[in-house]
Amino acid sequence: MKILVPVKRVIDHNVKIRVKTDGSGVDLANVKMSMNPFDEIAVEEAIRLKEAGKADEVVVVSIGPAQAQDVLRTALAMGADRAILITVDGTVEPLTVAKLLKGVAENEQPGLVILGKQAIDDDANQTGQMLAALLGWSQATFASRIDLGADRAKVTREVDGGLQVIDVRLPAIMTADLRLNQPRYASLPNIMKAKKKPLEQKTPQDFGVTVEARLRVLRTEEPAVRQGGIKVANTAELFDKLKNEAGVI
Amino acid sequence: MDAKVESGSEAFSLNADQRAIQEMSQAFAADRVAPHALEWDEKRHFPADVIRETGPLGFGGIYVRDDVGGSALGRLDAVLIFEALAAACPGFSSFISIHNMAAWMIDVFGNEEQRKRFLPKLTSMEWLASYCLTEPGAGSDAAALKTRAVKSGDHYVINGSKQFISGAGVSDIYVTMVRTGEDGPNGVSTLVIPKDAPGLSFGPAEKKMGWHMQPTRQVVFEDCRVPVENLLSDEGQGFRIAMAGLDGGRLNIAACSLGGAQSAVDKAVAYTGEREAFGQKINRFQGLQFKLADMETNLNASRMLLYTAAARLDAKAPDASKWSAMAKRFVTDTCFDIANDALQLHGGYGYLHEYGLEKLVRDLRVHQILEGTNEIMRVIVARHMVGRS
Ligand SMILES: Cc1cc2nc3c(=O)[nH]c(=O)nc-3n(C[C@H](O)[C@H](O)[C@H](O)COP(=O)(O)OP(=O)(O)OC[C@H]3O[C@@H](n4cnc5c(N)ncnc54)[C@H](O)[C@@H]3O)c2cc1C
Repeated sequence: MKILVPVKRVIDHNVKIRVKTDGSGVDLANVKMSMNPFDEIAVEEAIRLKEAGKADEVVVVSIGPAQAQDVLRTALAMGADRAILITVDGTVEPLTVAKLLKGVAENEQPGLVILGKQAIDDDANQTGQMLAALLGWSQATFASRIDLGADRAKVTREVDGGLQVIDVRLPAIMTADLRLNQPRYASLPNIMKAKKKPLEQKTPQDFGVTVEARLRVLRTEEPAVRQGGIKVANTAELFDKLKNEAGVI
Repeated sequence: MDAKVESGSEAFSLNADQRAIQEMSQAFAADRVAPHALEWDEKRHFPADVIRETGPLGFGGIYVRDDVGGSALGRLDAVLIFEALAAACPGFSSFISIHNMAAWMIDVFGNEEQRKRFLPKLTSMEWLASYCLTEPGAGSDAAALKTRAVKSGDHYVINGSKQFISGAGVSDIYVTMVRTGEDGPNGVSTLVIPKDAPGLSFGPAEKKMGWHMQPTRQVVFEDCRVPVENLLSDEGQGFRIAMAGLDGGRLNIAACSLGGAQSAVDKAVAYTGEREAFGQKINRFQGLQFKLADMETNLNASRMLLYTAAARLDAKAPDASKWSAMAKRFVTDTCFDIANDALQLHGGYGYLHEYGLEKLVRDLRVHQILEGTNEIMRVIVARHMVGRS
């Protein structure tokens, strides 16, 4: 079985985000970028399935600027077999990404697509679901455990208040949650070997998709600075504050 | 970061491999080292487990050949790794640097049998290695070392002691410079001594200013017996081997200062953007902005010189030793000052352990002393300019 894993290049999770002074977006100039952490988990899961003999090829695909090659190389160094880069400059909305991925899935015919549950830059949490709808395949989102069979899979999902186990028919779309696994670091020798693995370059036109913005960002703001707390003297004051200031009781 | 450096006629920038190496090292350092660095420092805890985790990543033999499990990378690659690890903890990074220096000496100067016997376990980091040159009476003047090895049948019998040995007592292998012949550099040989060699013992852990996460001890040889098969290269080659190891070691130590200073600058930028005094964020004071600007400039000047020196060693340039010495001197001095300035910018909080600045200052201080003091670096540079006195 072939597994397809889409990976996104996002602002690194350790970077302190700064909003551009004109409010038009987040400042990305000279900021460290890396693979979306949930996508790393998806890559790791695919590689583990291959190592367990349940899959025979892991293909990674990224949609983004030329520099997105770096995250594809990271995935190849972790153990993916080959990579596809669909070059697009500027923002691409989840629906466009899903349409492009549909094209890739139709070409590649994977038994399974594993995505991250969301990208940590825009937190849309839509791509996997839209892709499932466009392809008409089963979906298992927020996966924290995947038991892959030959034509069906049991997936444990993290849902509000607990875990849900569902059984889906393959081919299927799955999205990785935080607890699915702990991704490995690519070793130095594997980083060097990664450059010998194939990386195919494509454009949206190759899939007959036009990249257009359907949403307009009006304004980006820093979250309000959190106010320092105070100590209340007694329960009476606490109740007063909860009632009259916080308005929660 | 896309570094571009002009060095003489050749220019270089980080390639895709180097960016990937840097990114992986930074991720490992941020996840596995940074969260524990202050605690290791405070408790004087040697994190053998986390150090050994870097073996499977390829950090045990970064520039050792791959037939024995090495990663077969270059010196600039190694510098990027040590810089990244040091941003989380300079002492952690330096320990791995010394291990690599020792492993490289066996790879380059050992015979096939020795390479096969020692290196697979060193590159995987099942074994850790120390480098033993300094003696109580011979530091800068290392060629005056007195630890003597006398051949007796198929063994060397060693008597003497080594001072300030990083990792002593926890390392499994000691690459040791001993005297087998005449006085001076030509009478020195290199022996690979396993921890369990009869007659080998260790002094108490030194109480020291920084580098608290790794032990520094004396290594004592009392009729210590080591098979003759453990001699690297030939008798009399030891001083050359020791100095060759140090050319790369100096770049690594400089990288350890660079990473530490980068982290100090990052902390200073963050802190001065939050702390308020006289009704405004302190980074609005121009006097303080100028300090930050100088720190950033000096940090990048250090980085450019170090990367250039590493590229020259990779290119086997005839003056690579001079460049290693220049980089070691400049980078370790400059980066110590940067860390100290970053501490100052934190006011009284900089003096507290939990802010991490005083640890950086303590850790970076020793880089100006070891792997050849910065005075000795000047001796080396001047020798390349005006010859030996
Ligand atoms: C924490 C720590 C870890 C260490 N780890 C190791 C290790 O793993 N392996 C190892 O072999 N060694 C190690 N060392 C030893 C270190 O390399 C030596 O301390 C260093 O080389 C200086 O030697 P010394 O201490 O004997 O000082 P000395 O040589 O006595 O120097 C004293 C002072 O005189 C100056 N000086 C000496 N000669 C000259 C000259 N010709 N011109 C101008 N100035 C001069 C020096 O620069 C210095 O300022 C370590 C040291 C420390 C502190």
